[in-house]
Amino acid sequence: MDSKIVNSNGNASKVLEKIERVRQARRHKFYLRDEHITLSHGSGGKATHNLIEGVFGPAFSNPLLDPLDDAAIFVAEGGTQRLAFTTDSYVVSPLFFPGGDIGKLAVHGTINDLAMAGAQPLYLSAGFILEEGFPIADLRRIVDSMATAARKAGISIVTGDTKVVQRGKADGLFINTAGVGIVRTTATLGQNQLQPGDKILLNGPIGDHGTAIMLAREALEIESDIQSDTAALHTLVGSLLDAVGSRVHCLKDPTRGGVATSLNEMVIASEVAIVLDEPAIPVRPQVRGICEILGLDPLTIANEGKLLAVVAPEAADTALGTLRMHPLGRAAAIFGTVQAEPAAMVFLNTDIGGKRVLDMLVGDPLPRIC
Amino acid sequence: MKFVDEYRDAALISRIAAEIARLSEGQHLKFMEVCGGHTHTIYKHGIEDILPRNIDLVHGPGCPVCVLPMGRVDDAIAIARTDGVIFTTFGDMMRVPGSQGSLLDAKADGADVRFVYSPLDALKLARQYPDREVVFFAIGFETTAPSTAVTLLRAQAEGSKNFSVFCNHVTIIPAIKAILDSPDLRLDGFVGPGHVSMVIGMRPYTFIARDHRKPVVISGFEPLDIVQSVSMLVKQISEGRAEVENQYARVVRPEGNVRALQAMARTMELRPFFEWRGMGFITQSALKLRPDFAAWDAELRFEVPGIRVADPKACQCGEVLKGVIKPWECKVFGTACTPETPIGTCMVSSEGACAAYYNYGRFSMAAERANLPLINA
Repeated sequence: MDSKIVNSNGNASKVLEKIERVRQARRHKFYLRDEHITLSHGSGGKATHNLIEGVFGPAFSNPLLDPLDDAAIFVAEGGTQRLAFTTDSYVVSPLFFPGGDIGKLAVHGTINDLAMAGAQPLYLSAGFILEEGFPIADLRRIVDSMATAARKAGISIVTGDTKVVQRGKADGLFINTAGVGIVRTTATLGQNQLQPGDKILLNGPIGDHGTAIMLAREALEIESDIQSDTAALHTLVGSLLDAVGSRVHCLKDPTRGGVATSLNEMVIASEVAIVLDEPAIPVRPQVRGICEILGLDPLTIANEGKLLAVVAPEAADTALGTLRMHPLGRAAAIFGTVQAEPAAMVFLNTDIGGKRVLDMLVGDPLPRIC
Repeated sequence: MKFVDEYRDAALISRIAAEIARLSEGQHLKFMEVCGGHTHTIYKHGIEDILPRNIDLVHGPGCPVCVLPMGRVDDAIAIARTDGVIFTTFGDMMRVPGSQGSLLDAKADGADVRFVYSPLDALKLARQYPDREVVFFAIGFETTAPSTAVTLLRAQAEGSKNFSVFCNHVTIIPAIKAILDSPDLRLDGFVGPGHVSMVIGMRPYTFIARDHRKPVVISGFEPLDIVQSVSMLVKQISEGRAEVENQYARVVRPEGNVRALQAMARTMELRPFFEWRGMGFITQSALKLRPDFAAWDAELRFEVPGIRVADPKACQCGEVLKGVIKPWECKVFGTACTPETPIGTCMVSSEGACAAYYNYGRFSMAAERANLPLINA
């Protein structure tokens, strides 16, 4: 397209160069210009980044936090084992949705954050903020669901907290979970570890969770059998690390903001580019259909049981085979490659043979979904 | 996916692109796709990349949120801030900046702004909250106007007392006329809007072919639709024809949707003039509610400032909308005006020419800078 632009106007290249320079200069600077918190700040996309980098990052800055990975990794004094520590809050509406509920999500989400750090989860905490008037029966259902999820995952919830707020001050119930685990790989995993040539793998179809939540909200009168993909990924990660070990460079669960946002975070941190092959991206036909109807992109929709694995090229086939052996990785696929230039950009070879930039999600007009 | 994959056949698309190249050899042709939905498809699938380089696509004024002037957004926000109001809108509209922030900002500030997928959802809210005033922010072309009309008819039948519509519906034909009359523009044809034509049919476009001697091809929204429409335009030009053709015959009937038009005619009438973002006032280019629907007309039920607000000086949305300049030729494109901090409306919606270009169109630039081979090319 560029040479076409040059044909019609010689200044185009200069203009685009200037824009690119601004973009590059801003690459590591997120600007927070807003005066109030809007829902966009919770969407997991650019606005969330602006908030984190504009408020929390500078205030809390330390070597464990600054990489902004899913979990902090440290060695306790006198110990030898590396520990991973993470936390996450859950405010999903509705509380119950096809394929799960807020409790299951709260257990799986924190397990997954630990797993993405290459850790075997050990213990979880659970904090509840309850709204006056919330039905105990619903609370029981949610807590039972958490207990079941924890038991199935082989971990224990060992500490907790409860607060009740006045009616109208919370949307039924909010949950926070934190977790610790033991890092079981010697490899350095992180979104700043991508190397040119690396392959990008996904363990299955994307967009299920976000789509299921959207449909569970009353406004959309579409019937479908789409279920949230909420799942604990630590055993899948375990078998991947057993099989290809230090040749895994980064693991990430593409939750809010979807695959597009996660990949953009990686290319910014690693100063590399990622090229994706759109036809290779697994998406269920129902999810694709609903996204078509609503004008959404499955690549920006939240997942709760998906894993992005960046592995060295020589290990890619073994990694793919390993993922496919696991019940949570049957539909795994290799769908992208890391290259050196142009840094900090994600590209997509589209389904019809065209090309485009894949940007982070910018401000989500939809209510919170996880 | 059934019914979609057929329209995304890469091999077929590249064959048609080759045919376009053959028919248009030696010419530089500029076509305007009028509809924002087309702009979105073009960028989402990288269609400009596939078309031969002598074919230029100019992105027209068919993005509903892009053409709304700031003053109307301010009016909407004023209604939304009124005590007791639940203000409903399509998601896209939430981020469009008025002179004092957007609906999203008003919401963060305490206004009860909710997004809906259809005006009928807004009417449903009115039933749910009988003690609140529910207002629907009606925007869009003939595509969305029929659903507003049907909702108004239902509100009338139900005798709804707490529902009203802030009507900002616009019509596509006067905008195309304004573009054709613009002296600084050279276009060789139009990719006609699909969904609008489903409602209005093919006849309203006749003047473009007859009086202005420009071919029009009404197009569907899949990549194959658009590439095929471009090939039909090129074919007309190579054969010296200027006609209105229908590529989207699976949806668009020549006479349009008579029932939809009737519903619109029963509830709405033409405004003498209406301001378009960046294009100024265009006569008979928008709709308002008929007097019999005054009871459901938010403009009559609420105090709106109704002040005309000049577009920001640096913003060249108007030129972009008319196709006079490409998005990247705007002074603030990509620097002061980005999707996170939009100055002009074209940068807000993913259908807006600027946002689409910003999000999807930067590939070649980056690839060229890095001296990369274009994959698949």
